[in-house]
Amino acid sequence: MSRSCAPLFLLLSASLLVAQQTPQAFIGARLITIEGDEIAPGTLLVHRGKIIAVGDNVAVPPDAERHDAAGKIIMPGLVDTHSHVGNVEGGDRSGPIQPDVRTLDSINVRSAGIQKAQAGGITTVNIMSGSGHLLSGQTTYVKLRDGKNIDDLLIYNDDGSAAGGIKMANGTNSRRAAPFPGTRAKSAALVREQFVKAREYRDKIQRAGGDPEKLPGRDLALEALAAALDGKRVVHFHTHRHDDILTVLRLAAEFGFRVVLQHASDARFVAQEIAAAGVPTSLLLIDSPGGKIEAKDNAFENGMALERAGALLGFHTDDGITDSRFFLRQAALAVRAGMSRNLALYGMTMAGARMLDLEDRIGSLRAGKDADFIVLSGDPLSVYAKVLETWVDGEQVFDRADPKDLLYATGGYGASHDQAHALDHLEEEGH
Amino acid sequence: MRRLLIGLLTVAVLPVALQAQLAVRGEIVHTMAGPAITNGVVLIQGGKIERVGAAADVAIPAGYTTLNAVVVTPGLIDAHTVLGLSGYLNQDHDQDQLERSLAIQPDLSAVDAYNPREALVEWARGYGVTTIHTGHAPGQLVAGQTMIVKTRGRTVDEALVNPFAMVAATLGESARAEGAKSPGTRAKMAAMLRGELLKAQQYARKRATEDEDKRPARDLKAEVLMRVLAGEVPLLITVHRSHDILTALRIAEEFDIKIVLDGVSEAYEVIDQIKQAQVPVIIHPTMYRARGETENLSFETASKLKAAGIPVALQSGFESYVPKSRLVLFETAIAAANGLSFEQALGTITIEAAQILGIADRAGSLEAGKDADLALYDGDPFEYTTHCIGVVIEGEVVSNVVK
Repeated sequence: MSRSCAPLFLLLSASLLVAQQTPQAFIGARLITIEGDEIAPGTLLVHRGKIIAVGDNVAVPPDAERHDAAGKIIMPGLVDTHSHVGNVEGGDRSGPIQPDVRTLDSINVRSAGIQKAQAGGITTVNIMSGSGHLLSGQTTYVKLRDGKNIDDLLIYNDDGSAAGGIKMANGTNSRRAAPFPGTRAKSAALVREQFVKAREYRDKIQRAGGDPEKLPGRDLALEALAAALDGKRVVHFHTHRHDDILTVLRLAAEFGFRVVLQHASDARFVAQEIAAAGVPTSLLLIDSPGGKIEAKDNAFENGMALERAGALLGFHTDDGITDSRFFLRQAALAVRAGMSRNLALYGMTMAGARMLDLEDRIGSLRAGKDADFIVLSGDPLSVYAKVLETWVDGEQVFDRADPKDLLYATGGYGASHDQAHALDHLEEEGH
Repeated sequence: MRRLLIGLLTVAVLPVALQAQLAVRGEIVHTMAGPAITNGVVLIQGGKIERVGAAADVAIPAGYTTLNAVVVTPGLIDAHTVLGLSGYLNQDHDQDQLERSLAIQPDLSAVDAYNPREALVEWARGYGVTTIHTGHAPGQLVAGQTMIVKTRGRTVDEALVNPFAMVAATLGESARAEGAKSPGTRAKMAAMLRGELLKAQQYARKRATEDEDKRPARDLKAEVLMRVLAGEVPLLITVHRSHDILTALRIAEEFDIKIVLDGVSEAYEVIDQIKQAQVPVIIHPTMYRARGETENLSFETASKLKAAGIPVALQSGFESYVPKSRLVLFETAIAAANGLSFEQALGTITIEAAQILGIADRAGSLEAGKDADLALYDGDPFEYTTHCIGVVIEGEVVSNVVK
C-alpha cells in the first residue's frame, strides 16, 4: 500500500526538508518540558523535524528563524490515546471479533476533524474503531501532519510496519443479538477462544522454524492477535464498570497481552488493582455522569484516585464524544478533582506516548525528540488559554493568526466541511 | 386551582427556611444589578434577600450564620434543559422528554413528567444551578410545554416557579418524521405549524360565541396554542440552519406571536434579521457537537449576538448519549473565553436568562426582595479548576460539597 504512494511521499519529504533547512528558535517562553522542571524564560530550538536544544541558555544559531515567544507557554504536542477522528471505520455487523480489519484502510485525512484536532494542540493520535464489538479492528497511530493521504500521517515502527494497536471492548456496547455475545461471561469466553486459537497459530509458526511445508496458511486475523500476544500490538480495551475492568486485567494476565484501559469510568473503585497489575489507564472525564448505565459513576475524581494508587494514567478525547479542541480541559478537570498539576500535564503528553510505545520519540521537550509542540497564550489548565500554534515534526500545522486555521479553532460556517485547507496549505508551499 | 395549591404548599414547606438567617460574604460579589462589590455581603432572611452591600456598610446582625466565599454570584439559571425529564441512566423508563406518537402535542405538560429526584438535578445544583427552564425536548414540530423550577424540592410543586413557561417547537432536520409520516420536509413543517395556529385562531373565535350550544367541544391542544396566539406564552422554536431561523421569524411575524429562538447554530449569519425582529435567543451549549445541522456552530456566536444588542441566554440543551447532560456553567465558560466579557457571560446564566424567562422579578440578580438564590465559588467560576463550594436556594443551604 505504501509502495503505490512512494513517489508522492518522496516528493513530499524532499520539500519538507527544504522547509526545515532553517533552524527555528522560540525565545522567551515558559517551557513546560514534562520530563524536567519548567524553564522560564527559556528557548526551544528545533531543526530538521527534531528538538535540538531546550533550556534557559541555548545558543541560537545565526541562521535560525527567531520567534518571539515572550509571555507564551510552550509544551509538548498533546497525545490523544483514543479518538475517532478521520471518519474512521472498523469491523462491520457480521461478527463480534474482527482482528483482520485495519482502521488504516478507512481513515480520511481530509476530514475537518483532523484540522480541529490540530487546533486543539493534538499532535499524535491513536485512531480507533468503535466499541460495538469485542474486537473491532487494528488501530492506527498517526501524527497530525498536514497530508493528502494516510501515508503522510503514519508513524512507522523500526521494522517498517505502520504503528498501531488493537481495539477491544467489554461491557454493554458489544452485547447484541447473535453472533454477538449476550452476557459478560460469554463476551470473555469468545475472547478467550480467539486468543487460544492465536496462541496455537503462533506456536505452530514457531515450531515450523521457517519450513514452508510446516507453516500454517496465513490468517490475517490470527496474525493480528499473535502480534498482541507477542507484545507488538498494545490492546486498547474499552471498559467502564469496575468488574469489567478486572475482567480486562484477568484476560491480559492470562494471555500476556499488553493492555491500556480505555475510559475506565469506575477506575477509582479498583485503583489498587489497576496499579498492582501495572496496567496504564487512559481516562475520559465526561461533564455529567450517565448517558448509559455503565457510565453512571464516571467522575473527575478518577484521576486523583489512580495517581494516589501509583498507576500510570493519561487522557483521551474519544472524539466525537468530546471535541478534540477541548482536550486540555480533561487535565484541568482532573486537577479540579484533586489530581496534581504535574501528573495531569504528564497525562496529556508523556503518559500517552508511553501507552503508544512512542516515549522515545514524543511526549516531552527533550533534545533528540520529534519537534512536536504547541504554543499557548496562557496556562494550559486555564479556560482562557488559547492554542496559538501547533507544530508537528518541526512543521507548523496550525496557526491561530491565520484566518483559515482560526475557523477550525472557533467553529463557524464551513468549519466542519471535509477539508480544503490542508490541501491549500500544501499548495501554498508549492507541493 | 393549581396556583392556590402551590401557595398553600409553599407556606407549609417553608418554615425551616423562614427561620434561616444567613449572611454570605464574598471577596467579590457579582450582584448583576450593578458593578461587582469587592468584599461584599448578602443578608438573607425568610428565603429572600434582605440587603446587599459592601462589608464596610452592611453589619451582619447577631444570630446570622455566615458563609464565606471568594466569588459570590446569583444562583445560576439554565435557560433551556431537559433535566428531570431525561434521566441520567438513559433507559426507556427514564426518558420522558419526547413523545413521538404525534408531530404536534402542545397539550403535554412538563409538570406531569418532571422527576425532582433525578440524579442530574442534584448534580447541576451542586455546581450552582438553582433555576432551570426544563420540559419537552427539541425533536418534534410541537413537542409540548416547558416549565420553570428551582433545583430543589421533593415534589414538582415544591420546585415550581412557573408550571407553563413556553411551548417547545422545532423546525429543521430533527423534526422530520420517519417514513411516510408528516412532516417529512421543512416546507411541510411550516405548513403544518401555520395550519395548527390558524385552527386555534378559529377555535378561539368559535369558543367566544355567546350561545353556549354553538360553541365547539373543548380542544386542549387549541387552547394551549390560543395562549401562544394571545401573546401570553412564547413559542420556543429550536432552529439551527440560518434558513430555518428565518422561517421561524416569518411565522412569528405572520401570526404576531412571541417567540424565543433556541439553538441557532447559524445565528451569526442572520444577526440583522434577529435583531430587527426583537427576538431573544437561547444559544446552543457552546461545546455542542458540530455535526448535521449544527455543523457550522461557532464558539463566538454568543459574543457576536451580544455585540449586536440581542438578548442572549445560554443553556445545557438536550443530550441523547454520553454525557447525558451538559452543565450550563461549563458551556458559559467557553463563551467567556471566546469573546464575551466576564459580566456578559455571567449575565447569560443569571439576569439576562431571568429576563428572557420572565422571572427577573424573583431571580437572576442579588437585590433586596428577590429570592435568596446564590452560588459560592473559591475563584473565577468559569475557570476549569475553580470549585463551587456552596449553593443557597430561597435561603436554604442546599449544597456545601466542594465540586
